[in-house]
This record gives sequence, C-alpha cells and structure tokens, in this order.
Amino acid sequence: MANKEVDQISGIETTGHEWDGIKELNNPLPRWWLYTFYACCLWALGYAIAYPAIPLIKGNTAGFLGYSSRADVADELTKAKVAQAGLLSKIESSSLEEIRKDPTLLQFAVSGGRSAFLVNCVQCHGAGASGSPGYPNLNDDDWIWGGKLEDIYTTLKHGIRFQWDDDTRTSQMPAFGADELLKKGQINDVAEFVRQLAGLEHNAEAATWGAKAYAEHCAACHKDTGEGDREQGAPSLKDAIWFYGSSKEEIAQQIARPRHGVMPGWINRLDDNTLKKLTVYVHSLGGGE
Amino acid sequence: MMVEKVSRLNPFLRLGTRRVICEEGTPMATTLSSIGIFAVAGILALLGAAKAHDSLFAAHAWIAVIACLIAIFVITRRSGHSDHGAAEEEKYMDGVVRYGAIATMFWGVVGFTAGLVIALQLAFPVLNLDLPFTSFGRLRPLHTSAVVFAFGGNALLCTSFYVVQRTCQARLALGNAAWFVFWGYQLFIVLAATGYVLGITQSREYAEPEWYVDLWLTLVWVVYLLVFLGTLFKRKEPHIYVANWFYLAFIVTIAMLHIVNNLAVPVSFMGSKSYSLFSGVQDALTQWWYGHNAVGFFLTAGFLGMMYYFMPKQAERPVYSYRLSIIHFWSLIFMYIWAGPHHLHYTALPDWAQTLGMVFSIMLWMPSWGGMINGLMTLSGAWDKMRTDPIIRMMVLAVAFYGMSTFEGPMMSIKAVNSLSHYTDWTIGHVHSGALGWVGMISFGAIYFMVPRLWGREQLYSLRLINWHFWLATLGIVVYAAAMWVSGIMQGLMWREYDAQGFLVYSFAESVAAMHPFYVIRAFGGGLYLAGALIMAWNIYCTIKGRKRDEAPMGAPVIAAA
Repeated sequence: MANKEVDQISGIETTGHEWDGIKELNNPLPRWWLYTFYACCLWALGYAIAYPAIPLIKGNTAGFLGYSSRADVADELTKAKVAQAGLLSKIESSSLEEIRKDPTLLQFAVSGGRSAFLVNCVQCHGAGASGSPGYPNLNDDDWIWGGKLEDIYTTLKHGIRFQWDDDTRTSQMPAFGADELLKKGQINDVAEFVRQLAGLEHNAEAATWGAKAYAEHCAACHKDTGEGDREQGAPSLKDAIWFYGSSKEEIAQQIARPRHGVMPGWINRLDDNTLKKLTVYVHSLGGGE
Repeated sequence: MMVEKVSRLNPFLRLGTRRVICEEGTPMATTLSSIGIFAVAGILALLGAAKAHDSLFAAHAWIAVIACLIAIFVITRRSGHSDHGAAEEEKYMDGVVRYGAIATMFWGVVGFTAGLVIALQLAFPVLNLDLPFTSFGRLRPLHTSAVVFAFGGNALLCTSFYVVQRTCQARLALGNAAWFVFWGYQLFIVLAATGYVLGITQSREYAEPEWYVDLWLTLVWVVYLLVFLGTLFKRKEPHIYVANWFYLAFIVTIAMLHIVNNLAVPVSFMGSKSYSLFSGVQDALTQWWYGHNAVGFFLTAGFLGMMYYFMPKQAERPVYSYRLSIIHFWSLIFMYIWAGPHHLHYTALPDWAQTLGMVFSIMLWMPSWGGMINGLMTLSGAWDKMRTDPIIRMMVLAVAFYGMSTFEGPMMSIKAVNSLSHYTDWTIGHVHSGALGWVGMISFGAIYFMVPRLWGREQLYSLRLINWHFWLATLGIVVYAAAMWVSGIMQGLMWREYDAQGFLVYSFAESVAAMHPFYVIRAFGGGLYLAGALIMAWNIYCTIKGRKRDEAPMGAPVIAAA
C-alpha cells in the first residue's frame, strides 16, 4: 500500500489501491450501521432461542415459548368454535322454521350462510346470488325445485343431476331437435307459442301451429298454460325470468338441444349446521316461500 | 464527458458493430474447426427434430438447427474477409460488450412490453384473446424471464465483461469463449421464451425452462465462469476490485442454484417433459431457496458489482469505504443464502425452517444497506452533479430504491407482517420497486455510461432525453408501487376480514373485483416505464450512429430557441 494519499475533498486517506481510476477511501464502518447490524443479530439470536429454530438429528429445538404454528391454528379455531358454540348448538337442535322465527338465530344463520355462500356458491351463482345464464338467480321468487325452506334444504343437500348422489333431483327435457322428435319448423312454431305464453311479441300464426305441438309434447311437464311443475323440475315459461334466454332463437335452441345444468350435492362436503345456515340465507334473499 | 484513451486511439472501435462478430485473429484451421463443431451440433439437432417424441421438442430442435446454420453462415462469410490478424489485438475485447449493450436494450423493451401486456390482461381479461399462446399463464413467465434473465442477464454479462477487463487491465481470457457465452445465452433466451409461449414448462418459478434448456444454460454458464476467472487470473493489478467480488459471487452462486433447483429426470431424451427430483415441501423449499437467491445473487449481488464500478466512475469520486465493502460483501453473501424459507411462512414447511428464514432476513437488512451507504456516500463531494448529470441522478435513484426494497424485504419476512402481505399484490409491488427501481435504473445508468465509450463517441446523443427517461421511469415506479401497496394491503385485509360472529365477510371474487382500478393504475405506471425505455433505446441508437442532439446543456438556464 505504497500509494496512500489523502482525498482533497473529504480529507480522508485512501487505501492506496487504484483500479481504472477508481480509488477507495479508508473510512471506518459507520457506527450506526454497525450497531444496527449487531442489534439485528442479537434479536435474531433471541428469537431463535424463543422459537423453534435449530434442526437436530431427531426433531428440532422447541424454543422456550413452546410456540407451534399448528397448535396456534388449532387454538384459534377452537376459540372461534367456542365463541359460536351456544348459537351453533341451538341451530343444530332447531328446525329450519324455528331458526327463521327466532331473530337472534335468524341473524346468525344469515351471516353464517352468507359466509359459506361466498366460499362455496359464488363461483356459479355470483357474489350477489344473482346468477348468470345457465345459473339461476336466487334473489327472485321463481323456483324450479321449490322455494320453501325444506325444498331449498333438499336441493342443497343432494344437488341437481349430481351423479354421485342417489337422492339428487333429476329432470331431463328431451332433445326435440337432436333426437328428431320435432322438425325444425315445428320447433320454431313451439318457440313462438312459448313466447305467446310469456306475453312476449310473437308471430300469431306460427304460435297457433306451435300450440298443437306444445300440447302434445310439452304440456305434460310445463303444463297447459306454461306455469311449469316443481315436482318434475320443469321451469315456468310464463314469467319474465329465463334460464337460457328469451329470444326466439334461444328458446328454439333449448327445445332442439336442451342444456342441463348440474349442481353438486353438499351433504358430504358441508356439515349439517352449515347447510341449515345456507338454507336460511338463500331463503332470506327475497324469494323464500 | 471524457472519451477513454483506448477508444480514441483505436479507429477499429469506430467502425461500429457490423464486423466485430469475432475479434480474435482466426486462422483457417480455427475457422474450419468452428464450422465442423457447428455442423455436428446442427446434425445432432436435426436428428433431435426427426426423432422427437413430441412436437414441442421438435420445434426446439429446429430452433437449434437454425441457430447452427446461422453460425456456420456467419463464420463462412467472415472467413472471406482476409483482414484478420492484420489489426493488432485490442487491449480490451469490447465487441462482445457492444453486442451485450444492444441485447440488453432490446430485451429490456421486449420484457417491459410483455409486462405491460400482462398488466393489462389482469385489468381487462378479454386481452387474453382466448388463445393458449397469449394467455396470462404463459405470458407471465415470459415477462419475468425476459426482464430478469434476458434484460438483467445481458446487462450483467456485458457490464461484467466491461468491468473485469478495465479493473484487471487485462483482455478477456480464453479467446472467443466470451462470444460463445454471449450467443449461447441468447439461444437460451430464445429457447426459454418460445418454450413459454408454446407451453413447455417445468412449472418452477423463475426456472420454467425444461431439462435440455437447463443443460445448455449450465454449459454456457460454466464457460462464463471460466472466462471471468481466467481474466481475473490474468490481471495486472495486485488486488481484485470489489465489483469483481460481487460479479464472481453472482456467477458462482447462480451456477449452484441453477443446477440444484433443476435436478430432474427427463421422461425421454427426445422429449420436452421431465420430473423434478424433489417433491412436496422439500420441493417447495428448494424452489424458494433458488427463487430467493436468484433475487439475492442475480438481482442484488450482480447489480451491486455494476454499482461499485459505474457509480464512482460517473461521479469521479473514490468509493466511500473499503472496509464497509468487505464487511457488507461477506455478510450479504453469507446471510442471503439462508433467507429463502421466508417465502413459505405458515405453510407445511416446519416451524424451525420458517424461523431461520425470518431471522436471517432480518440480519440481512444492514448487510444490504452497506451497499446503499457505499453507493450514496461515494457521491459526497460530488452532490452538485445531481443537478447537471442525469446519469448520476438515475444511479442515485437506483440506490435509493435498492435501500427501500432491502428494508421492505426484511420487514415483509417478519411473520406477523407476512401473514398480511403474503399472496397479495404487495409482494408484486415490492418486487417491482426493486426490479424497476434498482435493477432497471442502475442498468440504464451503466448503459448510458458505456455506450459512448464503447463506440468511441464524445458524448451521448442527448442528456435531456435521459432526463425525460429518468422522470418517466421514476413516475412509473412510484405509480406502480403505490398502486400495489394500497391494493395489496386492501386485498390482504379483505381476505382476513371476519364479522363479529366469526364469519368470513368477503368472497375471493369480491377481492378480485376490488382490485380492478388498481390494476388499471399499475398498467399506467408500467406504460410510463416502458415509454422511458423507448426514449432510451432511441437515444442509444442515435449515439451509436454518432449523432448529437442540438440542445441546451443540462443544469443551465433554459434559453428560448435562438
């Protein structure tokens, strides 16, 4: 280090090295930097003594606080369950109707049901339960399988066309076009008649023709005046609520090649308490009967 | 700005980049053997294409065939010019640095554009275009790899070659090996990028390319290490400069991380699919040991090497403290490697590993800040340059963002903070304040410094355009990071929001919907940053062309156009 010199601006000596014109000052470590570094190391040491930290041949040091993240979660869950225990046991022992009539229970069930709904149901029915084409809106009073507490409860438990549940609700509309039960013109006429039933703009002549085919093929499930049949899961055709759209083309498509949605049954995935809360929540959305 | 003596005396450097594919004098025998090697490689690649088990592997084999053909074509054409050997060997091998500077700029623009596209896709999902090739899932790794490995990697490659030669007073070792490193690395980038778009991935964060691309990179990287080490051995200086410690740490550690993380068994040697040697929580830990140290050794140590050369050069001041550089170098290198588990807090990873990941991250705070102090304090006595020199301004901002994100990192590793921040966009904001602020700005500064010297220009095309770049980039980063802080914390709070009775308040979809305005703001910030980079590309292009913009000097009062 022969070439030590003093930097004119800072008055600090250089180390005497030089690389491509770069020199280095021989400043000491900044004190605050060093002490903060020591403090961090001390804190780290303390933390490692307090918490599980050092792997051993079998297991690891437990730390004197005895902390474990698994125990922590279990503890939090237990606390949450204990906090809800009173109301939960009441929900368990009460019928759906009783829950609905008790304001405290109702409020509890609706918030709990909403919470379960947000996790399990929004994917199809939407965050506001307003549905989308193919997924029913749960806020209205148009129910395909019934809007009473017990009806909703059954639908929730067993689902719709859910192949893993023998008690699932099932309905199947024939594919009138794909299976050549009706000709294209007839399907068109039926679609016009369905629009007539719903009070929508339609071609009167075609609807007259369609009425015949309707009486023969459709009325058994959807009934003569189109009010549908909840026993069979046949939706009402006379209201303003449409599952797959109300244009003539959309109706004709549904007659020709009907789509059949599937809803999973939740009986094996959610406990009965949650199912009850969900039932009360969905019932409370506005259309419950 | 002084033009270095070397370039002034050297007319060869002024000829631009066209003819400097290969600087060493290449006698006929070398040319023939190079062609032979590429021909054999090309035939092997062709065999790979013919025997491929899947079309994706075949596509990559064809890319290798094309690469070999291009190489043979270029070498043949060059051997037609019989002027090699005529020029005296340059003091420094700078052709590869020039190519590297251009590649850095090119991949930077590509990577930032990819980032803007995916930011817009998050805000407006229709931009996924319903095509597999343009879906977010495939373009996201394209973006991360393009900015980290293509932009950042080329910046590190070319600056390390530039710096190691000058601080060792020695030409790059091993002849044309540096060219192999450069072109081999570009081939790796092309294979990785096309792989992402085609859907070839081993689904490891920042290490998506499949086994054969990993093997290729390993080869390239080992040659890189040899060139770098060889140059250090040849040095004419008694000591190794601190920048080179950082570069060397980066090269060695990345080799180790890359090899271990990518240990896998290919399903077939003619197929693009492999299975990792690791599984379960061991796999998760390996991936984040790799991922965290890719940040630590690629994006931190490597760029600190850059900072340690270009900042004192541009400021024309000595480095603040030699002792600090030693202590913070060794503490940084030792501690970074243990901090990876903080990416896996509250997971299946055992508590003890989480604890160690966290305490090492906390201890890492000051070692990281050592670099910031040394960078900023190097400016003492030259702070007035902030007013007139936009390159210094850029470097200072880079170091400031470095300091900010190396404080934020340890803070986010604290389990209590992490339980809120993890999995949210806060993490994305953190990464980008480091990447856009530190990595991007220090690289821009280094490129602005190198380009006039590499091409023997007296000065850059325009200093005022750098100022524009500086403000667009700064504003972009601030908008980006602020949007992600706010939205990340909002997201974290929404996910953990319980009502008085202990029920979850928000669905995940509601938190996604709430993010929309912030996604739009973030894309705007990214757009500003990209705009700055485009201005830079123009500035660099004009500088290489030897043009000078007619403008008032920086820091002088603005005079109305005469």
